[in-house]
Amino acid sequence: MLDALAHLGRAGIGAIRRLGRGHLLAASMLLGSGEVLRRPGLLVTQLHSVGVLSLVIVGVSGLFVGMVLGLQGYHVLSQFGSAQSLGVVVAASLVRELGPVVAALLFAGRAGSALTAEIGLMKATEQLSGLEMMAVDPIRRILVPRLYAGFLAMPVLAALFSAVGVLGGWFVGVGLLGVDDGAFWSQMQAKIDFHEDVVNGVVKSLVFGFVCTWIALFQGYDAVPTSAGVGRATTRTVVHSSLAVLGLDFVLTALMFGD
Amino acid sequence: MDRSEAQGEGTPPLVRIRNLCFSREGRPIFDGVDLDIPRGRVTAIMGPSGTGKTTLLKLIGGQLRPDAGSVEVDGRNVHALGKRDLYRLRMRMGMLFQSGALLTDLDVFENVAYPLREHTRLPESAIRKLVLLKLQAVGLRGARRLMPSELSGGMARRVALARAMALDPMMILYDEPFTGQDPISMGVLVRLVRRLNDASRLTSVLVSHDVQETASIADLIYVISAGRVVARGTAQEVMASDSPGVRQFLQGLPDGPVAFHYPAPPLAQDLLEAA
Ligand SMILES: Nc1ncnc2c1ncn2[C@@H]1O[C@H](COP(=O)(O)OP(=O)(O)O)[C@@H](O)[C@H]1O
Ligand SMILES: [Mg+2]
Repeated sequence: MLDALAHLGRAGIGAIRRLGRGHLLAASMLLGSGEVLRRPGLLVTQLHSVGVLSLVIVGVSGLFVGMVLGLQGYHVLSQFGSAQSLGVVVAASLVRELGPVVAALLFAGRAGSALTAEIGLMKATEQLSGLEMMAVDPIRRILVPRLYAGFLAMPVLAALFSAVGVLGGWFVGVGLLGVDDGAFWSQMQAKIDFHEDVVNGVVKSLVFGFVCTWIALFQGYDAVPTSAGVGRATTRTVVHSSLAVLGLDFVLTALMFGD
Repeated sequence: MDRSEAQGEGTPPLVRIRNLCFSREGRPIFDGVDLDIPRGRVTAIMGPSGTGKTTLLKLIGGQLRPDAGSVEVDGRNVHALGKRDLYRLRMRMGMLFQSGALLTDLDVFENVAYPLREHTRLPESAIRKLVLLKLQAVGLRGARRLMPSELSGGMARRVALARAMALDPMMILYDEPFTGQDPISMGVLVRLVRRLNDASRLTSVLVSHDVQETASIADLIYVISAGRVVARGTAQEVMASDSPGVRQFLQGLPDGPVAFHYPAPPLAQDLLEAA
């Protein structure tokens, strides 16, 4: 009984310490942000590996999710005789929720895990120590460009997800189920609000982009420098990022649409 | 008088360590180490695996912080420096990690060019010349387009050595440069360490447990055991030491102050409990 309590306490202290180290790392990364302006080339390289290489998985997933939304939306709406509003339903669900959230979950699995493995292995093979001894700060040189790449890539990935999703919904609704083409687009245009929907969606994905990349980088940087340690860190990245995205989504949604 | 003694009083040592104490997870690694590294010499620090040789190099490089005591490099207390000054000092030290620690996404040329690109504004043509000269010195000019994954362990260490030399440091710290090398590349590395030291007026600090190779090139040897310096002197002096810890280490005796058995209850007791 006492043992279990002690164990619980130790685990709690460990978690709080890790949280503290995570925030310290975030602070040092933000303080080192100037590096991105000084060496834009680093950012471009990272935008490629973090963003461009995630395009396919995000696009394909967006298409399927949009098609499902088209089917389900049509099924429900036609019971109320308002199948013509399908465009609004598809677009609103994508832009407000599914675009930012699902793109972030895919990002955590695709790019986040890769970032953690990369940084963790650089630590395990002493490349990070090597940089420090060459008087190069690995936080500025290695982590900061990756953080900004994730932060900037996420809204683009979410937008792509939503755009492809709308096309998927259109294909199913208009192409297969016979919703009127004009109604699909004109209702969408009339009911989707730029500020209410689009801006809020972009804000969400900026937050998710920052948080997912931060978690991935921290897990790599804090990993136990062995192959088992890096493996565990990679798993933690996906788990923690997914939970953080879903939790934050609720908080952000409540703040944005709560009143 | 041997060379290391002859140099003596006049010039202060490049590295001066006083009463260094350091522990990890409550276990003391160093317990009052005093150590001087003279300028322009090859100084070896020897000791069995796990005595903290790598830790010592990281303390000298300012990557770890001692619990007590001081480390001075070129007259400056490493652990009292701010980040900017510490980085400036590190530019004048090269460190050769046990694994080489090359950046795996850059080829050999770019790895050696890396510190130059980071810390100088030299034009591309000058960088190219410098890198080729450094690679020539370690015999790998022809390997400049290979990736680190295509190098053997010995080659990776030579590339790392060229990289450590890139900014013409005043001192190079070698972490176990000979471990796990075949006799040929071991010989290559041994000669390289000596030659670079003498040709470039460097100070070399060599951490190793390879007794023969190290003794053959070191001007001064420190033997560390159980958190303390147990012997200091030239190769002959240290070899002649009658301290049991030094003799065990140098002659490779399985039992002695460093026990063959990890601490355990008596065998009979363990066996009986298992039954
Ligand atoms: N990151 C670390 N965390 C905890 N203990 C460590 C760490 N690195 C090394 N140690 C311990 O410190 C001791 C000295 O390690 P090290 O300096 O690597 O020894 P050496 O290089 O002489 O073989 C070892 O007992 C090792 O287990
Ligand atoms: Mg070591």
